[in-house]
Amino acid sequence: MAEIALNIDSREVKVEEGATILEAAKSAGIDIPTLCYHPALSPFGACRLCSVEVIGQGRSRIVTSCNYPVEEGLIVNTKSPDVIEIRKMLIELLLARAPKAKIIQDLAKEYGVEKTRFEIEDPENLCILCGLCARICEERIGVSVINFVGRGVDRKVETPFQGTSDVNLDVCLACGACAFVCSTGAIKLEDITKKKPMPIPSEFDVGLASRAPVYIPFPQAIPNVPVIDREKCVHFFTDKCRICEDLCEAKAINFEQNDEIIEIEVGAIVVATGVKPLDHTQFSIYGGGVYPDVISSLQLERMMSAAGPTGGEVVRPSDGTHPKNIVFVSCVGSRDERTGNGYCSKVCCMYMAKHAIMLKEHDPETHSYIIYTDARGPGGKVFEDFLTRAEKAGTTYLRGRIDNVSQHDGRFSVSGRDFLNDKEFNIPADLVVLATGLMPSDGIPKLAQTLNISYDAKNYLLQAHVKLRPVESFTDGIFLAGCAIAPTDIPESVTQGGAAAEYVLKLFSQDVIEAEPMTSSVDIVRCSGCLLCRQVCPFKAVEAETLRDGRTVASINESLCKGCGICVTACRPGAIKLRGFSDQQLLAEVMAL
Amino acid sequence: MNSEYQPKIVGFLCNWCSYAGADMAGTSRMSYAPNIRIIRVPCSGRVDPLLVLKCFQRGADGVLVSGCHPGDCHYNEGNYHARRKFALLRDLLDYLGIARERLRVEWVSASEGQKFAETVASFTAGLAELGPRSES
Repeated sequence: MAEIALNIDSREVKVEEGATILEAAKSAGIDIPTLCYHPALSPFGACRLCSVEVIGQGRSRIVTSCNYPVEEGLIVNTKSPDVIEIRKMLIELLLARAPKAKIIQDLAKEYGVEKTRFEIEDPENLCILCGLCARICEERIGVSVINFVGRGVDRKVETPFQGTSDVNLDVCLACGACAFVCSTGAIKLEDITKKKPMPIPSEFDVGLASRAPVYIPFPQAIPNVPVIDREKCVHFFTDKCRICEDLCEAKAINFEQNDEIIEIEVGAIVVATGVKPLDHTQFSIYGGGVYPDVISSLQLERMMSAAGPTGGEVVRPSDGTHPKNIVFVSCVGSRDERTGNGYCSKVCCMYMAKHAIMLKEHDPETHSYIIYTDARGPGGKVFEDFLTRAEKAGTTYLRGRIDNVSQHDGRFSVSGRDFLNDKEFNIPADLVVLATGLMPSDGIPKLAQTLNISYDAKNYLLQAHVKLRPVESFTDGIFLAGCAIAPTDIPESVTQGGAAAEYVLKLFSQDVIEAEPMTSSVDIVRCSGCLLCRQVCPFKAVEAETLRDGRTVASINESLCKGCGICVTACRPGAIKLRGFSDQQLLAEVMAL
Repeated sequence: MNSEYQPKIVGFLCNWCSYAGADMAGTSRMSYAPNIRIIRVPCSGRVDPLLVLKCFQRGADGVLVSGCHPGDCHYNEGNYHARRKFALLRDLLDYLGIARERLRVEWVSASEGQKFAETVASFTAGLAELGPRSES
C-alpha cells in the first residue's frame, strides 16, 4: 500500500494509506487522549476527546482524529489552544455525565479542569456512552448481547428486553470482554448475565492466577511462544473475535494450525517424563479442597516466586492477608497406602525446610510448624545442615499425624498427636501447606509399550539393573533419567540426565556397534522355505533368499535379529537354531532333571 | 496325600521379566518352595510346546511358563505367541491324560518378585494336592 506523509505537531510522520490521524500519531509516539478508541474495533467518534486541528486546502478545521483518514501533506496540530479549549469543554461535559469515573477525573486534573459548569444529572452514573462494550460484543465476540437502546437523553446500554437482566441470556458467553474494555467501570458482567464467568486457572501458577486463552505455557517454555487454547478461545465458539490476530505485529497468529505428529529418525532416546504431584484438594481430611487457605507446597512455591502470581508475597488466598502461623503437613498421600502411594516422595522434607527458612526471611514474625513422619533427606550431610538451619530459624518440628483441620473465624485449628512426646497437639494456624506425594506422569504404560521398555506396578520406568546398569533401559538405545524412574531430587536428576547423555555419546562415538551374539541362524539344508518364520518375526529380520538350485529358503539378518526365538518355535522342520538357546541346549537342561 | 511327596516343577522363565522377577524374589530375600528348576529362555515365545511335553515325559509334575505381561514383551509380541500356543497345548494335555492344571502360564514382571514367589508357592501346593502323576 502507498505511504502517506503528513505533519503532526511539526513532525514528519509516514503511515500507510487508509490509516487514521490517531493511528499516525500513535505510531509517532504522540499522545492524543481518547475514551472510545480501541485498536481492535472500528472507529466510533463518540467521546470526541481525540479532536485535533487539521490544516489542509488552505483552511483549518477541528476533526476527530480517530475516524479521520490521513491525507498527503496534511498538517495536524494536536495541542493548539483551540484544541485544548475544546477538550476542556468536553471534559467538563463528561464530568457532568460521569462525575465519579476515575479516568475522567484524571483527565480533568491533567487539563486543569476543576469542576463542571453543567448540571450533574446522576452523580452515580459511570457510563459515557462510548460504545466500546456494544462494539466489542457485536464486532468481535459476535453475539451482540448488549447494545444502545433509547434515543437522545434516554440513550443507554442495555440487554434485550431492557432491564430484565434476570432473563438468563443464552447467547452471552460471559466472556467479560465488555467489562474489560469499559474504561470507566460502568459495565459489570453480573448486570448483564447470570452466567458465572469461568476464569481459566493458570496451570503454571497452580490455579492461583488465571490466564488468557492465548498464553505462553510457562516462562521457560521452548519454543517460548504463545499457544491458543482451542477449548477456551472465543474464536472457536463464534468464529469471530480474532483480536490477537489484528494486534500481533509479526502476524504470527494462525487459527488453522493443528496439532501434528512429527516423525523424526533418531539414534537414541532419553525418557525423562517426570512426575506430577497429587491434587491436594482430594485430601479433605487435612482441609484440602474444603478451605481455600489449605494450599499445596507447589502453590506456596509459586507465591514465593518474585515473578509469581502474588509478586513474591505469601498471602492467604481467602483474604490476601499475610499468614503468621503456618503448618506444613508432610507425607500427604505418600508413604500411606490408604490415601495414595506407599513410597516416599523423597523431596518434600527438603523443600519444607527450605520453605520454613524462606518464610522466616520474608517475615521474621512467621512461625512454621512441620508435622512429619520421618524427616528424611536424600542429600545426607547437606540435608542435615539444612534441617539444623530450619530448626535454628525457629521452625517447630513435630513428629506425628494430624487428625483434624477445622476453621473458626478464619483461623485454623490443627490437631493431632505428637508421637515423640506422646501427647495431643492443637496448633492455631493461618495457613496450612500440604506436601503432596509425587505420582508418575500420565500415560506411562502406553509410552513404555510404544518404546518397548519395562515399567513397574506403580508405573515408574525400570532400569536394566538398579545397581549395575542404572539409567539404561532393557532396550538398546533407550535411556532413562529423573523422576520417570522414581521420585528424585534435583542433584540426582541432573546426575542421571548427565549419565544418560554420556551413554548416548558412548553409543554415538563408536565406529562399530556391538550386537548380541545370541541370534538365530537357518540350516538351509533343512529349511523347507515355508517362511512362517518371516511372518512371526517382530523385527523383520527374516528375509527370503533364493539359492543357486532355485530353492527359496529363509535367511536371517543378524544385525536386525534380537534373539527372541519366536522363529525357532514356529519352524516346523527345525531348521532354525537360536545361538545360546538351541533346542539341544534346552533339551539338555530338561534331560538333566 | 503323602506329606513326603515333593512335586518337581520345571519353570521356563523369560530373560527380561520373569527371570528378573525371580531374581528380585531372591535379592528381596523372599522364600518360596524349592521345588522349581528354572530354565532361562530369551522369551516365553521361545518355549516350544514340545519342550514342555519333554518335561512331562522326563517325569516333571508341573511346568511353569512365565513371561512379561501382555503388552510388555521385550520383543513386542513374543508373549502373545506363547499365550496362543499354551492355550492349545492345554487341550492336548487333556488328550494325553495329563491334568491341565499341571501346566501353568503366568505373567510376572521384573518388579514382581512377590508375585513370582507366590506363584511358585501356590503352584507347588496345587501340585501336592494333585499328588504324583499316575499316568507315567
